[in-house]
Amino acid sequence: MKNLIKIAVLSLLPVLAMASGGGDEGLDPVNINLADKASLQRGAKTFVNYCLSCHSAAYMRYERMGTDLGINEQLLRENLMLATEKPGDTMTITMPGDGAKKWFGVVPPDLSLTARSKGPNWIYTYLRSFYWDKSSPTGWNNVLFPNVAMPHVLYRLQGYREAEFEGAAGGLRHFAGYVEKTPGQMSNEEYDAAMRDLTNFMVYLAEPAKLVRYKIGVWVMIFMGVLVFLTYATKKEYWRDVH
Amino acid sequence: MARFMEWIDERFPATKVWEEHLAKYYTPKNFNFWYYFGSLLLLVMVLQIVTGIVLTMHYKPDASLAFASVEYIMRDVPGGWFIRYLHSVGASMMFLAVYLHMFRAMLYGSYKGPRELIWILGVIIYIALMAEAFFGYLLPWGNMSYWGAQVIISLFGAIPVVGEGLAEWIRGDFVVSDATLNRFFAFHVILLPLLLALLVYLHIVALHKTGSNNPDGVEIKKQKDDKGVPLDGIPFHPYYTVKDIFGAAVFMAIYLAIVFFAPELSGWFLEKDNFEPANILLTPPDIVPLWYLTPYYSILRAVTFEWLPGGAKLWGVMAMGLAIVLIFFLPWLDRSKVKSIRYRGWMYKTMLMLFAVTFVMLGYLGTKNPGHIDFFWFKNVVWAQIGLVIYFAFFLLMPIYTRLDRTKPEPDRLTG
Repeated sequence: MKNLIKIAVLSLLPVLAMASGGGDEGLDPVNINLADKASLQRGAKTFVNYCLSCHSAAYMRYERMGTDLGINEQLLRENLMLATEKPGDTMTITMPGDGAKKWFGVVPPDLSLTARSKGPNWIYTYLRSFYWDKSSPTGWNNVLFPNVAMPHVLYRLQGYREAEFEGAAGGLRHFAGYVEKTPGQMSNEEYDAAMRDLTNFMVYLAEPAKLVRYKIGVWVMIFMGVLVFLTYATKKEYWRDVH
Repeated sequence: MARFMEWIDERFPATKVWEEHLAKYYTPKNFNFWYYFGSLLLLVMVLQIVTGIVLTMHYKPDASLAFASVEYIMRDVPGGWFIRYLHSVGASMMFLAVYLHMFRAMLYGSYKGPRELIWILGVIIYIALMAEAFFGYLLPWGNMSYWGAQVIISLFGAIPVVGEGLAEWIRGDFVVSDATLNRFFAFHVILLPLLLALLVYLHIVALHKTGSNNPDGVEIKKQKDDKGVPLDGIPFHPYYTVKDIFGAAVFMAIYLAIVFFAPELSGWFLEKDNFEPANILLTPPDIVPLWYLTPYYSILRAVTFEWLPGGAKLWGVMAMGLAIVLIFFLPWLDRSKVKSIRYRGWMYKTMLMLFAVTFVMLGYLGTKNPGHIDFFWFKNVVWAQIGLVIYFAFFLLMPIYTRLDRTKPEPDRLTG
């Protein structure tokens, strides 16, 4: 009988092992650390200055971001908000949807939950996969997301580069590498670090509760451990006369 | 206090109910690990109801507001994220407990006479629970919610003649829309919880009539002392109340660990695509229900034979329906003289283990693209077809192999 239980439990294990995968093949892994407040603040700055003109983060409030990231109201107002906005407002944009549709072909998606729907590795890889492509309407293209409507908003930071592909024209082509053309304000390492900060911020943005969830969770686990012990001891005591 | 209870008892059978169902309800003393899940299910059900009520205080069942209202709960409602995760993880925990609870019944033959009605009521609860989960899954109005509902409702369209009309009637529209969301909300928060509460009550009433089975599968009521108390029985209270409280503590520790540290469980409890709002123009690459429904989804997709009269989809839907209906007949398909797996022969043991592994495999395959190869040699759809054959063989051949099986003699008393 014990063996049967073991077999039943063991048969579930591969499922759990496979569950921990998650379709991130071909993506560059990014090191997410929500305890790194400085990184989150740098990410917030990049996000507000570069992303928040076209993309909204409509489920997030400035005030919450300020409180969570340790940015006081004055700094928040001066650096991260427009003059007309109140701290309690959500992070919306003024670009009209139908205009965006005319200019880019699509309405830029809200970014509040992108880190949960696409995953941090996807965002990190995407932001580092733009290249100069004259055949594209915006002049930019992306290796991870071919023919994406979004231009390379961060090109001043990363600089210009082109991509090389192998294989016959018109046939299946494989990405072979980038060719640097004009350097940007940042070195490659600096740009990667900035994108890591931005991704880190977007993970926070997707679930602000994550900042407290793990911390509370530890205490809950300690409490549950004590409870398991006490209830076990009680059970043991009550069952002494059962043979 | 005594006079107070006297006053109550003359008007309501409080003491009688207490004694009959707890203090003098005799239960086999050899319950093992598998016997925790009944009480755990009751616990999760209460938790789901409580967290569900709190969620409805901020949730908006409106296609243009639903998605944002869930994010409002996750961000702006104090503690909202905790309640929401308790509820979303709770659904999966409930099914985990249901599957283990049902597997227990199959291990020890708990569905066999005189407990057939308990089993049948249990299967109805299981089906109601699947409906409850399905309706609830639409409510966050994420893209997987939307397309999952679209796919499952369209299955009714496979029924000849009335199918399309029926699907439209269920949706209240030509596609899943605000009308669908509103009625699913009504089903999820009123209809099915009421039905489930009634069914669970009946399930327990039936159980307390026959008394519990046990890992030895022998009736403890056959051996009583001169006071009429079963020799191998112990009162449910306090013995099993304290034991079940311990079980509940362990279960809650696991449950809360998931809630606090991995509420998405890598997409198994909350799917990635559901963090994008419902979009009628954007179909997710793979439309997949949550893990607890995927064994049947696998069976549905395993039927790919277009040459069948009426088309593969109709037969897939029928196979899926039959896969569930067969569970009802277990008490009559099983012809074995003994109940517990401890005294059964190798045939049932082999078939049950094969069935358990197959069920898990079908569930896993249901989350994968049928055309890909995730296991050795064959495409996923071929594995699902093999799984389908084993699933049905387990039930349909049961009258044969349970009769042929060489069983061991059952003991008179519990062996521990």
